[in-house]
Amino acid sequence: MPKITLVEAINMAQGWELAHDPDVVLLGEDIGVNGGVFRATAGLQQRFGKLRVQDTPLAEGMIAGMAVGMAAQGMKPVAEIQFMGFLYPAIDQIANHMARLRNRTRGRLTCPVVIRMPHGGGIHAPEHHSESLEVLLCHHAGLRVVCPSSPARAYGLLLAAIRDPDPVIFLEPTRLYRIAKQEVEDDGRALPLDACHTLREGDDVTVVSWGAMTHDTMRAAELLAREKISCEVIDLTSLSPIDHDGILASLSQTGRLVIVHEAARNCGLGAEIAATVAERALYDLHAPIRRVTGYDTVMPYFRLENDYIPSVARIADGIRETVQA
Amino acid sequence: MKTVAEFTIPYLQRLDEHGTATSALPDFAADPEQLQAMYRLMTLCRIFDTKAINLQRTGQLGTYAPCTGHEATHVGVGAAMRSEDVLFPVYREYGTQIWRGVTLAEIFTYWAGDERGSDFAGPREDFPLCVPIGSQMPQAAGAAMAFHIRKQPRCAVGFIGDGGTSQGAFYEAMNLAGAHALPIVFVIVNNGWAISLPVDKQTGAATLAQKGIAAGIPGLQVDGNDVIAVREVMESALERARNGQGPTVIEALTYRLSDHTTADDASRYRAAEDLAAAWKLEPLLRLRHYLAGLGHWDEAREKALRADCATQVDAAVKIYQGTPKPSTDAMFDHLFATLPADTQAQREAARRYAQPDTH
Repeated sequence: MPKITLVEAINMAQGWELAHDPDVVLLGEDIGVNGGVFRATAGLQQRFGKLRVQDTPLAEGMIAGMAVGMAAQGMKPVAEIQFMGFLYPAIDQIANHMARLRNRTRGRLTCPVVIRMPHGGGIHAPEHHSESLEVLLCHHAGLRVVCPSSPARAYGLLLAAIRDPDPVIFLEPTRLYRIAKQEVEDDGRALPLDACHTLREGDDVTVVSWGAMTHDTMRAAELLAREKISCEVIDLTSLSPIDHDGILASLSQTGRLVIVHEAARNCGLGAEIAATVAERALYDLHAPIRRVTGYDTVMPYFRLENDYIPSVARIADGIRETVQA
Repeated sequence: MKTVAEFTIPYLQRLDEHGTATSALPDFAADPEQLQAMYRLMTLCRIFDTKAINLQRTGQLGTYAPCTGHEATHVGVGAAMRSEDVLFPVYREYGTQIWRGVTLAEIFTYWAGDERGSDFAGPREDFPLCVPIGSQMPQAAGAAMAFHIRKQPRCAVGFIGDGGTSQGAFYEAMNLAGAHALPIVFVIVNNGWAISLPVDKQTGAATLAQKGIAAGIPGLQVDGNDVIAVREVMESALERARNGQGPTVIEALTYRLSDHTTADDASRYRAAEDLAAAWKLEPLLRLRHYLAGLGHWDEAREKALRADCATQVDAAVKIYQGTPKPSTDAMFDHLFATLPADTQAQREAARRYAQPDTH
């Protein structure tokens, strides 16, 4: 079995689905001849042709809108937004139409679309290339939002996203694209959507994270293990819907919860998780819930990005304080 | 059927690629000092660009968007503008910015990942570089609306690339400007490529200048490698705008002689022979030949200029490399005029987790 990176897994999943489903079409800026700025579609236009792997004109709103029109015809567009900061012009199409078309037409017209995009910072990129805007998408009913944290999960979840009958936003943690390799079999097997995953079992505290932050969270958990603090680390994976039952099951054992995300704290997904725990499991808690997040600032240009992104030390402190509370 | 409207797209070139005048030059070109000033800045841009790319390659600068090939368009536009006009750049119009007083050190500081590079000491009302493609254009139209309301004899200048002309924001801005005859010039820098997409795959339109026609704005093309022609059409467009005659769309035809950015590898999608052919049309040499033909330039002056440019660039490198990393407070201090109390607490917390400067 080949060992591949996360971006190679994304490429492989798209290749599998293009080969096995003639309705799948890839759309995006520089995805064809150039193979994508991160190489997520490298070689696919050569294999499947210019109509099925399309270099679009430079207009994100158009990309999302054309995906709606194609999907309503029964096609399965998989569109790339080059960087998450360029998502905004597409939000009109995604929120007003893609997410709502099934509901507006009482199920007559549907949108089996996938919108892929890089998520988060940490790669010294230019301005507007490092945002974590998942809540802009999670807030809209009718959209699924997923975020893998490993090559194998990226492969299986992207297949599931493409096969899902509804729109799925697929967030790709930018700084994990090439960070680690993993054996991934190109067998076309999808993973379930809507479920969280336990990355590490533990007794003292449940730590929920997603995307690139799961790696920093795991490092913090390893550090704390030496201090006899046992962390259960959950990769949320599905950002909408949230697998609240999965989190609550862990929390019923640990009684403590820390949520770690790169996005700003204010109205971040951590708030939604914390509120649900407060509603459903307040009496299971031995300590206040704590969030370790990006600050309520603009994502800084790269000279300060590592000050913004929660560091292992910050995460570890947050967990320690929760365990000691 | 009868014809109810007809449109034409004129094209202007003054100097061909050999530096030969192909038609009568404008008045400013009779003054060799004016041409030399533009030539000096074009050369500075070229040397700055080479240095910036080398700094990025050696890990001393972040991703950088080069300007090589665009110098005549950028400098010609800058030379035509007045200081009280307002510039809305994309992200590689250094020639225009430097003409208007942005420093080399500020440009380096920006691409080294530091927003202080957008706090220009010179042109205080000019907008910073704009990464989200096309989004600067409605803002430029808005500035022009402010001049219009206040009856100020000022103009907004919005740059956009060939790829950017596919964005809705570009059409929306032109529509507004056309509807109100706003004092604005739209400068489309058609360098042939939007990263990997050639312009003939970007649009079915024969020219990009004609995109203004539907908004009621005259459009024209200019040889974007001919700084005399660029400055000439730009001066006319600005004069029209200042006189209340409304906007103009200028399509400057040039070529991106570099990769899109240092994160790009154009050899993946662009034929080497196309690039080699484009180098034969590049903007510096033709102006140099023209000046030399009149006895206003020579080898000694060229050598002295290059040495001076290198000195300026090296001094700017020293400034930005000697600038310490901003404190974590910098994330917070410019969010609002008054930082909300809750965010003030975060500013305190951030200091405790300050990371070392790795640059």
